[in-house]
Amino acid sequence: MSPVPITAEPVKTFKIDGQDVSARETESILQAARAHNIDIPTLCHLEGLSSTGACRLCMVEIKGSNKLLPACVTRVQEGIEVVTNSERLVKYRRMIMELIFSERNHVCAVCVVNGHCELQSTAQKLGMDHVRYPYLNPQLDVDASHERFAIDHNRCILCTRCVRVCDEIETAHTWDVMGRGIGSKVITDFNQPWGESETCTRCGKCVNVCPTGALFEKGKSVAEMAKQRQFLPYLVSRREAMIE
Amino acid sequence: MTAEELLAIAESERQAKQQLKYCVHVCSSTGCASSNSEAVAAALQQHVKEAGLQQAVQVNMVGCMGLCALGPLVEIEQVQVQGGAPPTTVLYQSVTPADAPEIVSGLVSGQAVQRLRLETDDPFFTRQTKVVLAQAGRIDPERLEDYVADRGYQAVFKALTDMTPAEVIEEVTKSGLRGRGGGGYPTGLKWNTVAKVQSDQKYLICNADEGDPGAFMDRSILESNPHLVIEGMIIGAYAVGASKGYVYVRAEYPLAVKRMKQAIRQAERAGFLGQNICGADFSFNVEIRLGAGAFVCGEETALMASIEGRRGTPRPRPPYPAASGLWGKPTLINNVETFANVPGIILDGGEAYARVGTEKSKGTKIFALTGKINHTGLIEVPMGVTLREIIYEIGGGIPDGRKFKAVQTGGPSGGCIPEQFLDTPVDYESLSALGSIMGSGGMIVIDDSSSMIDVAKYFMEFSKEESCGKCVPCRVGTAQMYDLLCKFSAGQATEFDLRLLEDLCDLVKNTSLCGLGQTAPNPVISTLKYFRDEYLAKIKKPEEAFGVASTQAEHPIEEASQ
Ligand SMILES: Cc1cc2nc3c(=O)[nH]c(=O)nc-3n(C[C@H](O)[C@H](O)[C@H](O)COP(=O)(O)O)c2cc1C
Ligand code: SF4
Ligand code: SF4
Ligand code: FES
Repeated sequence: MSPVPITAEPVKTFKIDGQDVSARETESILQAARAHNIDIPTLCHLEGLSSTGACRLCMVEIKGSNKLLPACVTRVQEGIEVVTNSERLVKYRRMIMELIFSERNHVCAVCVVNGHCELQSTAQKLGMDHVRYPYLNPQLDVDASHERFAIDHNRCILCTRCVRVCDEIETAHTWDVMGRGIGSKVITDFNQPWGESETCTRCGKCVNVCPTGALFEKGKSVAEMAKQRQFLPYLVSRREAMIE
Repeated sequence: MTAEELLAIAESERQAKQQLKYCVHVCSSTGCASSNSEAVAAALQQHVKEAGLQQAVQVNMVGCMGLCALGPLVEIEQVQVQGGAPPTTVLYQSVTPADAPEIVSGLVSGQAVQRLRLETDDPFFTRQTKVVLAQAGRIDPERLEDYVADRGYQAVFKALTDMTPAEVIEEVTKSGLRGRGGGGYPTGLKWNTVAKVQSDQKYLICNADEGDPGAFMDRSILESNPHLVIEGMIIGAYAVGASKGYVYVRAEYPLAVKRMKQAIRQAERAGFLGQNICGADFSFNVEIRLGAGAFVCGEETALMASIEGRRGTPRPRPPYPAASGLWGKPTLINNVETFANVPGIILDGGEAYARVGTEKSKGTKIFALTGKINHTGLIEVPMGVTLREIIYEIGGGIPDGRKFKAVQTGGPSGGCIPEQFLDTPVDYESLSALGSIMGSGGMIVIDDSSSMIDVAKYFMEFSKEESCGKCVPCRVGTAQMYDLLCKFSAGQATEFDLRLLEDLCDLVKNTSLCGLGQTAPNPVISTLKYFRDEYLAKIKKPEEAFGVASTQAEHPIEEASQ
């Protein structure tokens, strides 16, 4: 076997919050920040899946520009000065969290992932202690027709991680989004009950990437319902090795 | 087809027309068709025949003449004139099939039917500058020959045989043309970017999604002169090196779709589409794609996803379509009206084009004038004309003796402009300085009987319904803003709600993924800026806000329970 050629990808150097950093030119600002232990909050992004730039939590400023950019989908550039935590950004992030909490019925006390929830921990990290917007209280159902898993749409934040992992990693494409605007909803197959899905392989990946308690494994207690994500970087690295 | 053949067609069309005494043009666009213009044309045809005038009078179905509210419109064009007097045209309004005998006998006697007559020296007609719409309402959109007779497809010949792609782009750049789809991006610059990208395959898209409520500019162009758009597309494809084009048009425009399909087939047969167009080493084909009528599918990345057969939701840019568009290939996307400006630029030159307009906004712009205005319809005006001229001269002012209050431009992405700015010249920069936008050309006049909160609420409801739901600020933010506006409208709002509303405007504008969300707050921001009093007047007094009865008698139940 011939050794994998090392292609020297151009490197960009720039600043994040005043700190000098460098990253390969194909990396996102988010990847660069994380590699340097600089925290930028995210919800829709998950390393190993494609980025959609949907939640807008990762918005950052570039000095000299009034326009905000989503760190998860914006490539690094030579010489830019990224600001990740200005007063304005902190304010926007809290508002976005409040909007998410106002959208559906997030009742942490009765949630299977209480204590292991990314939505909950992100809210805490961002210091969101109350929601100023009226709760929209939609009427949403729970689909428990699958023998192993269930979805509670009340807890879904439409990050579409399940859609992407099922399509991009499991290649079953069981999940998709139906409707639009505030009426959007993730569905299995052609909006059939999950239990009747003909494409689902019961692999459980969607459950494990779900940041909230929307997708959960039946019969597990709250303590057991911590999500397992180790498989994702492993699968992705295996796949990249195969492609090379 | 060769250039000689083209000129021969044009010449024989002209000669055939010279045999006539009168051309009777009946509008067959959606507006007039809905008031039965087809039956009017049939009745006219019938009476021409009965009077034995087929040799001297031709009845044509044509495209939009602009004054849609007074339709069906019929124009009598005098072709042959006795005794050297200049030929006249007479315009008739609200024509019914029963008027046909009188109109036809008028042709014999040379006497116009006064009771139907619409004065063509009205500012509505005289203050307009028709460039893109010059042939609309004069030629039969279903006949290629009509278009050819009026310089049609000569620009394609000129571009493909006398000019290099770079020279075409140079001419478009010189013209100063900017995208008419709303953003106003310089067209020459966009073409140049796509042309420079190396690729085995490039695509071209004509954006005819036109989703703004009340807008019908692009529909009218497609219905009235589809070949003009195709010609612009061919020139664009040649300039950037695209071999395949799509017209993305909403399925709710059946007549536009029909005429466009027909025109594409005609252009193929005449050799303007297909292999080796005009004998040049250049091939280009066009297909139609129907949209299901989602506003967001007019956004370029959502539109491309829709053409590819995926869910029509926007994606973050970059990459821009010029670098990675349809199926990942470099793609040029322009609006219908943008393409419709191109043939004229090639024929007459970019400099001639740039003589009309302001310093940074060149040429003319088509507007759909609606709302509380006397002359509802489609108008084309030079950039730089003032809002006052449009509303009071061309538009004929406000009906029912009411007072002007505001004009809304740019639809759900635009803002409301109050009376003190009526003398603002209409161009991209001036309108955005006022917190509105040029947009694609919707212009809604609002009189003093309307509440500005209700106007803002109407547009917010639209944005909320049309949000694709992908990103949080737009999906939830528009829903929350709509609910807040309902509270204001009902007089149930508090000071706190006003703060929430203003904060949401700021958030949604600055953090949304695509233009829909980024501009959705504009109607609210502009009404808050210019009509803040109306919002303040709807805020409950503090004692009411806390549910405490201001006068005991109004709350007998509370009184009884105390
Ligand atoms: C929500 C939304 C809707 C849009 N709808 C249209 C449309 O109906 N027609 C159009 O030409 N452009 C529309 N656009 C603009 C397009 O994305 C694109 O900029 C335009 O087609 C480019 O053409 P131009 O440069 O000729 O203006 C829309 C943009 C957004 C954000
Ligand atoms: S369990 Fe696996 S196959 Fe089934 S929906 Fe989830 S990710 Fe897709
Ligand atoms: S701004 Fe609105 S329409 Fe655009 S991507 Fe976000 S949710 Fe969809
Ligand atoms: S993490 Fe970047 S937009 Fe959601």
